[in-house]
Amino acid sequence: MTKITYIEHNKKSHTVEVAKGLTVMEGAVENNIPGIDADCGGGMACATCHVYVKEEWFNKVNKKSEGEDDMLDQAYEPNKYSRLSCQISVTDDIDGLIVNLPEKQ
Amino acid sequence: MIKTDALIIGAGPAGLFTAHQLKLIGLDCEIVDNLDKIGGQCIELYPDKPIYDIPAVSECTGEELAKNLIDQLKPFNIKFHLNERVDEVKNNNGNWEVKTNKGTKFSTPNIIIAGGVGSFEPRKFFSKECEKFENKSIFYSIKDKTIFKGKTVSIFGGGDSALDWAIELSKNSKINLIHRRDEFKGAQSTVEKVQELAKEGKINLLTKYQLKDAKGSNSLESIDILHDNKEVKNLKTDFVLGFFGLIMQLGPIANWGLNLDKKKINVDTEKFETNQKGIYAVGDICNYPGKLKLILSGFHEGALAARACFKLARPNEKYRFEFTTTSKNVKKRLGIKSD
Repeated sequence: MTKITYIEHNKKSHTVEVAKGLTVMEGAVENNIPGIDADCGGGMACATCHVYVKEEWFNKVNKKSEGEDDMLDQAYEPNKYSRLSCQISVTDDIDGLIVNLPEKQ
Repeated sequence: MIKTDALIIGAGPAGLFTAHQLKLIGLDCEIVDNLDKIGGQCIELYPDKPIYDIPAVSECTGEELAKNLIDQLKPFNIKFHLNERVDEVKNNNGNWEVKTNKGTKFSTPNIIIAGGVGSFEPRKFFSKECEKFENKSIFYSIKDKTIFKGKTVSIFGGGDSALDWAIELSKNSKINLIHRRDEFKGAQSTVEKVQELAKEGKINLLTKYQLKDAKGSNSLESIDILHDNKEVKNLKTDFVLGFFGLIMQLGPIANWGLNLDKKKINVDTEKFETNQKGIYAVGDICNYPGKLKLILSGFHEGALAARACFKLARPNEKYRFEFTTTSKNVKKRLGIKSD
């Protein structure tokens, strides 16, 4: 299991254990973390699982998928640490990952 | 007031196949969808993406699936109400009275909600100030392009809609095209055309900027845009257009007294009926233990909900289960001569 911390826009923090092989989006949905809608269910078709990866973790998570930046164009206030959490794989390497959630999806 | 045996909300795969099932058992139905075309998420979200888990179809794209479902409905005359969103649902003596945002009214014993994850609405700017100018100087779609003639128009977005309108409106208006990064996702030829127009000074291209605020007392006067490096620039502008794609909103469905679980509607697994008699939910929007968000599940749910509709639409008749392979009645409805 990999420890992931999701911090809501109102600063409320949720640290949960997520099984390897899932995505950061699935980890949020399984643990009922508010702030990630994931309307399309992980198809990279909706931009409602947008997160900001904490700076020091940004280069440790797997690289952006092709087309991910195109979808991020539609997200609310994207910045250079923006990712679609359905495209971040949970591995041992990211144990302790911290992501911040946007004000809205 | 349109009277129908069943009203389907949502013209995606689940809604379309439910219509097929209703017609096969001899019931009328009409379909309302907020989008301007038939096909739901298949058409709007992933027209070109291949799907591999439709039974007996090894591979097809979202667009092909929608087309095949529409073809399957050809024997039937089904009225579609596109570009309309169901706003009100009220019970009147056991019948449901339904009203859309365009004022179309229905009276029906059965409503089948096949709404996916709600209706598609344009993504909007989040600045509160923008709401004040919405549909006056700030638009998310264009109905009448002549209003922009001779004016300054600031267009936000990096996809085909933003680029196409920037090119088109640059003929008669002063254009600012603002995008959050340097890359555009539009068709290559469109991107090149925009760059060419930018070189000629016909489009003022501003990348790595996002909208910060809209300013003006009665009418829009200017906007503040924020660069990645936090620098703020003020642009005088008459109009602002935002093209950020669509987002799904549950919308008015939340007000119909249904038993909701997050954005899903709880149903039973016999009729796919909600807590309201005569209102069913099928496809991605319904929820029950073991629910799978697969298109094939939507087909099954629709087939069962259609049978449940029969009881309320034809209270004095007995429903008979019939196979399409052998039933003369069914073949007649399909317009096939039986021998």
